Amino acid sequence: MFVLMEARGLHKNFGTFEAVRGIDLTLKKGEVLGFLGPNGAGKTTTMKMLTGFLAPSSGSATICGQLVTTGNYKARSKVGYLPEGAPLYGDMTTRSFLRFMASAHGIAQEEAYQIVESAASAVHLENVMEQRVETLSKGYTRRVGLAAAIMHSPDVLILDEPTDGLDPNQKHEVRRLIQAMSVDRGIIISTHILEEVDALCTRAVIINKGQIVADGTPSQLKVMSRYCNAVTLVVLTEEAEKIASAVRRVGGVREIEAANEGTYVRLTILAQDDVDIVDSINDIAGLSNWNIQQFSVETGRLDDVFGRLTNDGGY
Amino acid sequence: MSHVWTIFRRELTAYFMTPVAYVYLTIFLVMQGLFTFNLGQFYVREQADLAAFFAYHPRLYLFLIPAISMRLWAEERKTGTIELLLTLPIPVGAVVTGKYLAAVAFTAFALVLTFPIWITVNWLGNPDNGVIAVGYFGSLLMAGAYLAIGSAMSALTKNQVVAFILGVSLCFLFVAAGMPMVLNVFEGWLPATVMSAIANLSFLTHFSNLQKGVISLADMIYFVGVILMWLWATRLIVETKRESG
Ligand SMILES: Nc1ncnc2c1ncn2[C@@H]1O[C@H](COP(=O)(O)OP(=O)(O)O)[C@@H](O)[C@H]1O
Ligand SMILES: [Mg+2]
Repeated sequence: MFVLMEARGLHKNFGTFEAVRGIDLTLKKGEVLGFLGPNGAGKTTTMKMLTGFLAPSSGSATICGQLVTTGNYKARSKVGYLPEGAPLYGDMTTRSFLRFMASAHGIAQEEAYQIVESAASAVHLENVMEQRVETLSKGYTRRVGLAAAIMHSPDVLILDEPTDGLDPNQKHEVRRLIQAMSVDRGIIISTHILEEVDALCTRAVIINKGQIVADGTPSQLKVMSRYCNAVTLVVLTEEAEKIASAVRRVGGVREIEAANEGTYVRLTILAQDDVDIVDSINDIAGLSNWNIQQFSVETGRLDDVFGRLTNDGGY
Repeated sequence: MSHVWTIFRRELTAYFMTPVAYVYLTIFLVMQGLFTFNLGQFYVREQADLAAFFAYHPRLYLFLIPAISMRLWAEERKTGTIELLLTLPIPVGAVVTGKYLAAVAFTAFALVLTFPIWITVNWLGNPDNGVIAVGYFGSLLMAGAYLAIGSAMSALTKNQVVAFILGVSLCFLFVAAGMPMVLNVFEGWLPATVMSAIANLSFLTHFSNLQKGVISLADMIYFVGVILMWLWATRLIVETKRESG
């Protein structure tokens, strides 16, 4: 696959504080790379370096083969950037703002009209084109920022928390847009919302305190979870105690979590590392005469991986 | 060049987007009138020229011009749009220039609106309109120097009021250096060459010929030099202040 963006050993110090400590990234065409990490992990700072807003203290990034520097404005034309919080010129109307962005990207006047209108309709801004940007709702503001970021058909889109502060419907809508835009480019989105990764990303990088602590597809990351291959049984409350104690004796079972759901109890049976307990549990359940409402195997939970990798105190 | 034009257009429109612009223009004109006709004793002098009008510009501009330049960069930093601006495929130098020229254009517009004063002298007498034209040109050139200083001061902070105060203070130094009040302090214990060097730093000194309708190369070089120096400083400040967000 075609490499669009590459970062090697990015570091950023603010005074004596090391905000980013050695980030390596590769972004290929068609990828949606989720940049995950708790607040203060260094996501925004890394993105500012990737877009040429901040100069790295050391390390470098290239985009389509061009070195990204604060002075190399030509490299910036390959990037569409939605900064954190989507800052926009509030005193302009949506249309005049998008026109300005088109002209800033060197789009000729004659083409600008068409390009602005189609970028605007891609994110459904038709009804607010003549409205001042500062009077728009958060959802619309974010969409104006997105329209501005995609207008010049950049190879790489860098979106810093594109769904932050949106309501669930708006979040859904923005995710749908990002997915649609990913077809022939590479996208990096930062987020601390884990459902976003499952819904959107082809690959995820978890960073903590300025360093990468995990890198892989969502399913590869889930394998790192304690819940990977955990078996979930939904059983009758009166049988729960009996079943739990029988299951606990199965080889390879590490732990059982029980959650009360009225007449039923949900038992989550965690396996020891690298042990497959699914067959054993299936066997014992088949032999016994238990009333099992539901039997399922988990692929793992991102929040568990995220929590273990980014909580102080570690693993 | 098209980069500069893009920034210039947005910036100039932004000036007229807020009601503040119209309040400002009104104040600008009222002050001009007040200074020219009352303090300048326009009628008492019984001379059909604009000497009284131009004579007050260095002092008037001290407060009027930093008010135009204060928002140039401070506003961008406050709202976070600086990040948008500096990640556009536009060189920083072009952004600095485009913004500055927009402020100059706004100032020029304000100056053009003083035309009733010009009509008045032409109606009352027979002034030398060539001298007046040079006076206007010189006044705008001087305002350009104030604006360049103001732009650098605006780049230093995200607070417009702070940018204004810094602008007024620094411009004051450039005006005060030529005031008799200041020069008299040094009179007697500084050699005459140093005295004239100090006076030569001042807007007052270099504006004095222009306001009389005399264009000299030295004055041109001085004002253009001051403008370029402070635009360069603006760029340097913008570059180094990226870090602090
Ligand atoms: N301009 C700055 N000066 C000093 N410290 C900063 C600056 N920008 C960010 N930081 C610090 O760097 C760390 C990483 O910040 P950031 O990249 O914004 O994290 P994230 O986007 O992952 O929440 C934080 O501790 C933040 O306080
Ligand atoms: Mg952030």
